[in-house]
Amino acid sequence: MTELLPLAIVIPLGGAAAALLAIRVRSVQRIITIACTVTTALIAVAILLDVDSNGTQVASMGGWPPRIAINLVADRLSALMLTIGATMLLAVLLFAVGQRADDERSRWYHPAYLALSAGVSGAFLAGDLFNLFVFFEVLLMSSYVLLTLEGSDSQIRSGTTYVVLNVVESLVLVTGVALVFAATGTLNMAELPERLAALPDGVRIGLNLLLLIAFGLKAAVFPLFSWLPDSYPAAPSPVSAVFAGLLTKIGVYAIIRTQTLLFPETNRTLLLVIAGLTMVIGVFGAIAQNAMKRILSFHIVSQIGYMIMGVALGGTAAIAAVIFYMIHHIPVKTSLFLVEGIIERDTGSSTLDRLSGLARRSGPLAALFLLPALSLAGIPPLSGFIGKLGVVTVGLDQGSWWIVATALAVSILTLVSMLKIWTGAFWGEPAGPDHDSGVLRNHPLMSSVTIAVVALTVAIAVFAGPLYRFAERAAADVTTPAAYEGAVVP
Amino acid sequence: MSFTQAALVAVLAGAGTYLVMHRTLTRIILGLGMLGNAVNLLILTAGSSPGNAPIVGEQAPVADPVPQALVLTSIVITFGVMSFLLSMAYRGWTIDGNDEVEDDITDRRLAEEPGEPVDHGEPT
Repeated sequence: MTELLPLAIVIPLGGAAAALLAIRVRSVQRIITIACTVTTALIAVAILLDVDSNGTQVASMGGWPPRIAINLVADRLSALMLTIGATMLLAVLLFAVGQRADDERSRWYHPAYLALSAGVSGAFLAGDLFNLFVFFEVLLMSSYVLLTLEGSDSQIRSGTTYVVLNVVESLVLVTGVALVFAATGTLNMAELPERLAALPDGVRIGLNLLLLIAFGLKAAVFPLFSWLPDSYPAAPSPVSAVFAGLLTKIGVYAIIRTQTLLFPETNRTLLLVIAGLTMVIGVFGAIAQNAMKRILSFHIVSQIGYMIMGVALGGTAAIAAVIFYMIHHIPVKTSLFLVEGIIERDTGSSTLDRLSGLARRSGPLAALFLLPALSLAGIPPLSGFIGKLGVVTVGLDQGSWWIVATALAVSILTLVSMLKIWTGAFWGEPAGPDHDSGVLRNHPLMSSVTIAVVALTVAIAVFAGPLYRFAERAAADVTTPAAYEGAVVP
Repeated sequence: MSFTQAALVAVLAGAGTYLVMHRTLTRIILGLGMLGNAVNLLILTAGSSPGNAPIVGEQAPVADPVPQALVLTSIVITFGVMSFLLSMAYRGWTIDGNDEVEDDITDRRLAEEPGEPVDHGEPT
């Protein structure tokens, strides 16, 4: 069923064009976007099932032989990320429609959102470095538009930092791609492992560092993270939810791909140190902040550290732990931003100074926040605990005591900063009307989407066994370049 | 590889980096444009030696078509991003009359109040 692979990109891209044509009729735009996003999600599930039973699927564009053609490749990791990505995009879209705020009513929201969706699918399916770059650009351009949708003062200010830094990142990435091509004569990810291995060590490490810097900026890794907490909070809530959940994880996905497939080095102490610093700096940043969105944004940075730690440890078990961690992290982070969105919509603010006593006003809303928050901190039996357990176990097996100690300490600090939101926003006397249990009932669509995403995070903990086994199979695919090569260019 | 091409890449990248370090958005955009051109030239340089025939069958040797395809895509992307940045700069100028890239307000406030207890918003 290889013909499904291009459809995952073509449908949202075509939908974006259709939504542009229907620019004056918002209801039509809305129907087009929802239809395309649902279809993409269904296609992603079909690809996932197909790949898991029949192995890696390859679609060579234009009928050219796979060595020359532009390839779309879906192995278990790509298919899994595609599915979770499409699901989150659908959930956040429904939330945005339910929010009925100005940003969803902007005529550019729907086309940009569908283009973002196409870019996300493409980035997960790209079978060569250059098209990875192209799809990164597609999703970045859409994210620029979504971030500055209102064109307000604060959005332009934080948008400028975001756009300029990402353009620089793209330039570093293209430079890396150009130099890889100059050194090896190919960009096909199936042919690269062999040719890169033949290069002198210095050249290979240089190329690896260039690509790491580019993807590290996208993933918000330690020295390159400062754009994230400045720009995400300026975006409207449904937009920042999808950015927070998905975009940085695409950077992590690219890092996994390049580090396992193209540069299977054995010594990654530098990356391990960076992972530790990312965790620590991120969580300290979160503790210092006072607005909910900014605390949550700094948490993204801190959590990325855990994923990079797994990548740096290396080996099938570590990559399996990282894959599970990503699958847990995406819905958890998205749901936290969605809860924040409900609070902001209901009270008009999400600054901790102005909020109080939300738990007494609406118990269910507090529960919706508490579950993913505890999961993010890694409290058993929630999904975050299983993810952290996986990464930490590998660290202990490999004898990296200091990174394990850092990871555990950061996990406690994460809980501290979550407690700050809890005491600030949810505890205490309600600032507004007392005993108003209708916060969730007043926003039915937003609430049901948030409940669904939180339920998904709980389901990930309940079905952790099968999911973890799937992650292990995916990691086994990813860590054997020969398997990837054999599937693409037999 | 020709020396002129390599030197041009170096000069464009150097001037571009210098301009990007400024605080005014117009200069940053000009710098990004230069950096973009430097990278595009680098892709061409990465391909094959200059002077080869572009079309198969005219004469040997033939230039590698892949970098040309890459550079075309890359130019289009650079163009799109530049237009977006310019429109953002214009929007910023209509809002507050300058095009300086400002610090983040919350960052500045947090940096200015060291040691001051952060208000948890809990009523006492």
